[in-house]
Amino acid sequence: MISIQHLTKRFATTIAVHNLSLEIHAGEIFGLIGPDGAGKTTTLRLIATALNPTLGRVLVDGIETTRDPEAIKKIIGYMPQRFALYPDLTVVENLNFFADLFGAPRATRTELIARLLGFARLDEFRTRLARHLSGGMQKKLALAAALMHTPRVLLLDEPTTGVDPVSRREFWDLVTEIHLQGTTIVISTPYLDEAERCTRVGLMHRGQLLACDDPRALRDALPAVVFEARSADALRARRVIESSDGVLTVSTHGDLLRILTDRAERAAALQAACQAQHIAISELRAVKPRLEDAFVLMLGQTADGRLPPTDARGHRSSVNGQSK
Amino acid sequence: MNALALATHHLSKHFDHFVAVDDVSFSIQRGEIYGLLGPNGAGKTTTIRMLLGLLAPTAGTGTVLGYDIVTQAEAIRARVGYVSQKFSLYPDLTVAENFDFYAGVYGVARAQISARRAMILPSVGLSGQEPVRVASLAGGARQRLALACALAHEPEFLFLDEPTAGVDPISRRMLWDLMYARAARGTTILVTTHYMDEAENCHRVAFIARGKIIAEGSPSELKTRQMPAQVLEIDSTPSEVALTALRAARLFDEVALYGTLIHAIGADAREKILSARDILHAHNVIVKSIQVIVPSLEDVFIARLRSINQDR
Repeated sequence: MISIQHLTKRFATTIAVHNLSLEIHAGEIFGLIGPDGAGKTTTLRLIATALNPTLGRVLVDGIETTRDPEAIKKIIGYMPQRFALYPDLTVVENLNFFADLFGAPRATRTELIARLLGFARLDEFRTRLARHLSGGMQKKLALAAALMHTPRVLLLDEPTTGVDPVSRREFWDLVTEIHLQGTTIVISTPYLDEAERCTRVGLMHRGQLLACDDPRALRDALPAVVFEARSADALRARRVIESSDGVLTVSTHGDLLRILTDRAERAAALQAACQAQHIAISELRAVKPRLEDAFVLMLGQTADGRLPPTDARGHRSSVNGQSK
Repeated sequence: MNALALATHHLSKHFDHFVAVDDVSFSIQRGEIYGLLGPNGAGKTTTIRMLLGLLAPTAGTGTVLGYDIVTQAEAIRARVGYVSQKFSLYPDLTVAENFDFYAGVYGVARAQISARRAMILPSVGLSGQEPVRVASLAGGARQRLALACALAHEPEFLFLDEPTAGVDPISRRMLWDLMYARAARGTTILVTTHYMDEAENCHRVAFIARGKIIAEGSPSELKTRQMPAQVLEIDSTPSEVALTALRAARLFDEVALYGTLIHAIGADAREKILSARDILHAHNVIVKSIQVIVPSLEDVFIARLRSINQDR
């Protein structure tokens, strides 16, 4: 549905997207994950035809974005990070405005608005001014607005940032409904628990993809065994564990330590190392890896410069990449 | 010395007819990281403003570091650091200039400021960044600078209101590690967030909704003893068909897609495993496994809210 081929976007002083290749298939919920400045927003803008590539190309439903942006806009719904709703218009007035903007047919419009308001559970607020809606409701209205022309591809740029947990659940409920109707969804998020909800995720870093697969495969491919342990003296325990052989990273969560090691056999040594320092640790056990473990490990490795970039299929390019 | 760093008794705040904080009682030990979690508008910020003596309670009492929040607010403000949701750093000033400005505001003696700066900026990972203008700092670095500014007068108690909103996972970890280092040296920290997986990082957590505390405990207590529902993880194919069928059957309070897996949440989910299997088989779904998994804190929070709403 979306084909990104050797895409590069340069701005005056930065390379936001660097030789990115990626295929997003019809019906996927594709998650773009990565730290601030990784290139997620720029990639979405390039797909949305809001920007033109410096090099490479993007095809949406077989159409190149620079060749016929108007045709692409008809099949794409785009919800940018700061969606410009009109604060002084009511909920229904906002939707009517966006319907005009996207050229949604008038005949079916009333019915469509009624359906979207019901779907976003905004029915009872139809005459409320947008500026009097809560943050979560504004996001749902923005989503409804992006759906006014029933797009086949929906691009969502960090739609849940700053949204409370209840609204976040409701928002994902809506995203799931849209997914079940067959819409292709590309969503960027800084929240790794949301990445677990995507059918496939790409981890972006410095304009490139470090990894790309379904969340479960990424967790399973983690080149580490994850342990958890509790200690009343978590700080000292962490220091001892961090300096033990085979320990890749340690993170603290209250009195709980999450430890990534290279092999399962390290457990006994960790226990012994803490005992030698008279630090009590309990409940040391192997646990299921999370997406966050995989991402922190991968991002940590790039910071050390040990990990060369990968292409869209997750293959590492050769370190001494030869020029064409 | 009193081991309690903070205590409130039946604290309430009404604005006209709106009850922002409703009979809230909780206490925090010295050196503890205590999380106040809840949706926007739940009363988190109003609670903090009362604890800092910026807002008078309608009813109830409270102490911070042993000082009364109504009559001894100035003594409290001299001893606490506060990073608000919209902590204003000056974008046109450098890192060092921002720090010096806040140190001055907090009453650090002029002669001591540069020594404090030399000690605190490296501890938040900003050494060498002194001459950088704040406008060109990334979001995570800005939050760490805001924290450094709040630490300028070596407070015994830190109030952090949504310190990690919009900060990426790596920077977020750095901020938490900084908080642990402070807590280990005896600083007490009250942190608010609506980002539920961060709640896991606190020593103790209170869930707040519509001004009331609806659950309190350590993250592991909340997930085991205080969870009114169970979470099933269903591995099946095709998962979209399974999702639609389970939602239509209305067997669970919530059915959500997690990649190719499905999470089904309900008060008696465990007893419904067999019924769920029957429904899925009737729709020709291949069920690979159904297991009860440990809920996330967000699952717990939403299940608590749901059970409270049902009791009404």
